[in-house]
Amino acid sequence: MPQNYVPIFIFIAIIGVLIPVTLLAAKLVRPDNPHKEKLMPYECGIDPVDSARGRYTVRFYIVAILFVVFDVETIFLFPWAVKFKAFGLFGLFEMLIFLGILIVGYIWIWKKGALEWV
Amino acid sequence: MLSITTFVIVSIIKSVIAILLLLTAVAYTVWLERKVVGHIQNRWGPTRVGPFGLLQPLADGLKFILKEDLTPPHVYKPLYIAAPMIAVIFAITSISLIPIGNWVSIAGIHTPLEITDVNIGLLIILGITSMGVYGVALAGWSSNSKYSLLGGLRASAQMVSYEISLGLSLVGVLIMAGSFSLRTIVDAQGGTFWGFIPRWNVFHGQEVAFFVYLMSAFAETNRVPFDLPEAETELVAGYHTEYSAMKFAMFFMAEYANMITVACLATLLFLGGWHGPLFGPPLLQGILPVFWFVLKVFCFLFLYIWVRGTLPRFRYDQLMAFAWKFLFPLAVANLAITGLIVALRS
Repeated sequence: MPQNYVPIFIFIAIIGVLIPVTLLAAKLVRPDNPHKEKLMPYECGIDPVDSARGRYTVRFYIVAILFVVFDVETIFLFPWAVKFKAFGLFGLFEMLIFLGILIVGYIWIWKKGALEWV
Repeated sequence: MLSITTFVIVSIIKSVIAILLLLTAVAYTVWLERKVVGHIQNRWGPTRVGPFGLLQPLADGLKFILKEDLTPPHVYKPLYIAAPMIAVIFAITSISLIPIGNWVSIAGIHTPLEITDVNIGLLIILGITSMGVYGVALAGWSSNSKYSLLGGLRASAQMVSYEISLGLSLVGVLIMAGSFSLRTIVDAQGGTFWGFIPRWNVFHGQEVAFFVYLMSAFAETNRVPFDLPEAETELVAGYHTEYSAMKFAMFFMAEYANMITVACLATLLFLGGWHGPLFGPPLLQGILPVFWFVLKVFCFLFLYIWVRGTLPRFRYDQLMAFAWKFLFPLAVANLAITGLIVALRS
């Protein structure tokens, strides 16, 4: 029933007002004495060198790409699992073929070393 | 059928009660954690504020509000302020779809013991909880500090990696129950084998799935032994290094609210939800399901804390290898075998 989704939005509205109000309320009562030393980026007391937005390892991009591939697969499995009993063995073999293709890709990326974190 | 006004009022009342309950639960999970870890390490934990330190969460909350909140000039302000709010709003919202018991009738209004009962509850919860990664990634990036950026990147990479095995571990449960509705999944776990072993999914062929879920859940919530994002010995505090006062408290609340959601989901999907022995007068029979639910959630949270007091932290390459080379194939194998068994039985 569509009206059953309404309470979720009511909940989000309540919490979405409550949290910013808490932040604003805290702003009224807390002290505010900024100081040059306090406002430096925290690097264990040493003056920061360079911008923080530097280069970082390409591994993170590979993880992001792998995530997209395999998460879409997971999403695809969900409706299949819910209707599984209606399909029976036929549905299982259909899905095993789909999974088989993915597993071949999985073995390939493993062999390529995309899963190694060096 | 309720009229629209009653429906809205009932929803608002239930939402407010749920938020209050969740925030109290969050506060006392923190207290429980400090107390239990204290005793594991042969200390007392909080004892000064109130009996057994029970008022400690109140004192902490007051301190969070009264402390100076620094917004350093080097941050990207809109995202820096939005990130903790995103984290905590989505962490708290996911609780709105968790059922904690059967339907009840109070003052002539028949209503389920949850904010709302929708037939795709599990799907919505997965969607909302995966939004939490935005809070972490944006906090890390917008802080413009090296520790924050590294912590944010690590946390997002870890959370997306473990999300896959988390999702796959649920497929077995979905095959058994044939529904996304948490209520139907719980109902499918009623009854017992041979009169004494409960028919919960964890005793019903989903042991491996429960193991995968447990590991992924610990990693998703960034808890020991997978707390790499905020490994304090190397990254100070990870993505919330530059945050202070109330904004820091929001990340803290988000972490514990996520723990509670994960514990509730584990209870609903694997541990039989509110099923348990019922006895006594009708009133007691009405309260007992909620009691069993809360007890199971409590045990799961205790396990969290116990593990934190016991295990050391993984190395980052071990963490990623564990997700991709161990949990993922294990979850796929479990789902194929579950499918085969269910298909052959029917």
